[in-house]
Amino acid sequence: MSELFTLPVLLGILYSGIRLATPYLYAAIGEALAQTSGVLNLGVEGIMLMGAYSGFYVAMKTGNLWLGVLAAAAVGCILGLLMAVISVTLQAEQGISGIGLTLFGLGLSSLLFKETMGTVNSISGFQPIRIPLLGDIPYIGNVLFNHNILVYGAFILVPVATWVLNKTTFGLKVRAAGQNPQAVDSLGINVVIIRYITITLGGMLAGIAGASLSIALINLFQENMTNGMGFIAVALVYFGGWRPVGVLSGALLFSFVNALQLWIQVKRIPLPSDIAVMLPYILTIIVLALAMRRTQQPAALAKPFTRGES
Amino acid sequence: MISEKEKRTKRLIQSDRKGFNTLFNRIFEAFLPLLAVPVALIFGAIMLAALGANPLEAYRSLFVGAFGGLSSITQTLVIATPLLLVGLGVVIAFRGGVINIGGEGQLIIGALAATAVALSLPTLPGWILIPLCLLSGFIGGSVWGGIPGVLKAKLKVNEILSTVMMNAIAIQLSNFLLRGPMIDPAEIEAGTRIAQSALLPHQVWLERLIPRTLLHAGAILALVMAVLVYIFLWRTTIGYRIRAVGLNPNASKYAGIRVPFYQALSLVLGGAFAGLAGAVEVLGVQHRMLEGLSGGYGFSGIVAALFGNLHPLGAIPASIFFGGLLVGGDQMQRTVQVPSALIDTLLGLIVLLVVGSKIWSLRRARRRETNE
Repeated sequence: MSELFTLPVLLGILYSGIRLATPYLYAAIGEALAQTSGVLNLGVEGIMLMGAYSGFYVAMKTGNLWLGVLAAAAVGCILGLLMAVISVTLQAEQGISGIGLTLFGLGLSSLLFKETMGTVNSISGFQPIRIPLLGDIPYIGNVLFNHNILVYGAFILVPVATWVLNKTTFGLKVRAAGQNPQAVDSLGINVVIIRYITITLGGMLAGIAGASLSIALINLFQENMTNGMGFIAVALVYFGGWRPVGVLSGALLFSFVNALQLWIQVKRIPLPSDIAVMLPYILTIIVLALAMRRTQQPAALAKPFTRGES
Repeated sequence: MISEKEKRTKRLIQSDRKGFNTLFNRIFEAFLPLLAVPVALIFGAIMLAALGANPLEAYRSLFVGAFGGLSSITQTLVIATPLLLVGLGVVIAFRGGVINIGGEGQLIIGALAATAVALSLPTLPGWILIPLCLLSGFIGGSVWGGIPGVLKAKLKVNEILSTVMMNAIAIQLSNFLLRGPMIDPAEIEAGTRIAQSALLPHQVWLERLIPRTLLHAGAILALVMAVLVYIFLWRTTIGYRIRAVGLNPNASKYAGIRVPFYQALSLVLGGAFAGLAGAVEVLGVQHRMLEGLSGGYGFSGIVAALFGNLHPLGAIPASIFFGGLLVGGDQMQRTVQVPSALIDTLLGLIVLLVVGSKIWSLRRARRRETNE
């Protein structure tokens, strides 16, 4: 085991852990926003897949990575809006509608992939940007300050989301809509509009999360490439106690274990790879079990809102 | 002043109208999900046209592929069997107010358990070994559903998330076993190392119902199970309590029902039926455990259960319908060259339409309440 924990290896694990946390951060912070307003969006997985596809396709066709991000964000918005119509306006059971959206996104992204590409292509995605001065700090500089722009964006999103949720009027309305929508409604604030905004924004971030996979981290698209990441993002929201900083710590923990697991495979340590891949999932369950006791979820989470009903 | 007689007549008319209304509402609610199909098909036709295929021709090949002859009908029923069994598990869980998305993992564990039992007791006669294998599939699935159940009951862990994680763990566990301890010795000898178990002893293979087709006795087992689940949920005390907990956990708590226990139980039973589906798939179709055995049944079973209005008997036609859709989709892929992923897209769309349309029956119920 000693060869696993040399300094370069540890730094390597930290570096890839930070990279791997990127899609989880985008998706989970978007989901935290929606859940704080009282809507459980389980369709993140499907939105991420559609985001990954459209981001990759547009970037490949136009050669412009930013257009890819834009396309993924737009597709995410549309699907988020669809989820909002179903869960807010039509007041559908949120767990099942999310599964429906996931199936829809999985099917549609595979269909489009087969029709427009057929084979797995790769592109040259966003390149790492070394931040001057900070990037030159020995050891840590490379781990923290030599990433591509979408990785930085994901980490900047955490303080931004914290500020929006805790320090702005909009954030207050969002939190109130998730705790007591009737009271919010009686104050003349439109719960429906607030939830539409949070779900659509959450969808947009899930779309970008998908694009971060296909044009910034792995730089290819294949069918079902998210492979459950969207659901893990939802789990991270629970783990993080609906606070962006909590989500960040969950995403980092999960990604470090994942990076460690990948290193174990690379280093050919006698632990079957199938078992190693299991570790992050087992960890998520354990962590969920520990986290659920101490945090309180938004009181109106997953409950459709009807005016005039208490 | 209204006379006593007038009042009575009025009441009679009202109650009569109420009787008609309940009947109408019941029919309305049972058939509402069906409306999702034409809407989804129209959407599908638009997509087909956009992909450059003739929608009518595509749908024709889909229908012929699903129901156009003995071999396609039996193939549809073969696919409908695991869908129905998984769907029954989903129905029980939903009725208990919990959402079981772990069908995929529970099915895999059930299939692994049945395979392990059949391979380790190869000398037993079929009439003992078959029930034993089915039972171990049932138990394997219930353990895999029971872990999220206990976590929910004891630690309030959201079951949607834990069942999804359990799916991922089951897939990895199965890959590990099929590449290592459970791999077919013949695969090692041949050097191909395909991840599959050895072939099961012949006496454990389920009887073919129609010669020269794949239809096996598991289909009948699934039908019997649907009736049993109906009886269980509507005619037994435990079933009544599960439904009560699902309808109104708070009222159930005040009525003295142990809500967490029944929520966990509905996850255990939900897992058990998915596990049984896995065992039946191994004994009836593949005759061995292999990678990718579940084929997404864990998810399509949810769609079937939902489409059958979360009723065990409604799940029967629903799973045959979706079985047909999946089989016909493959045919469509071959004849008009449209990826069968289109069917997955339509399945997702149907789910969205079905849950989205529930508001109409909700609104009717509310209007009824305010009228009374």
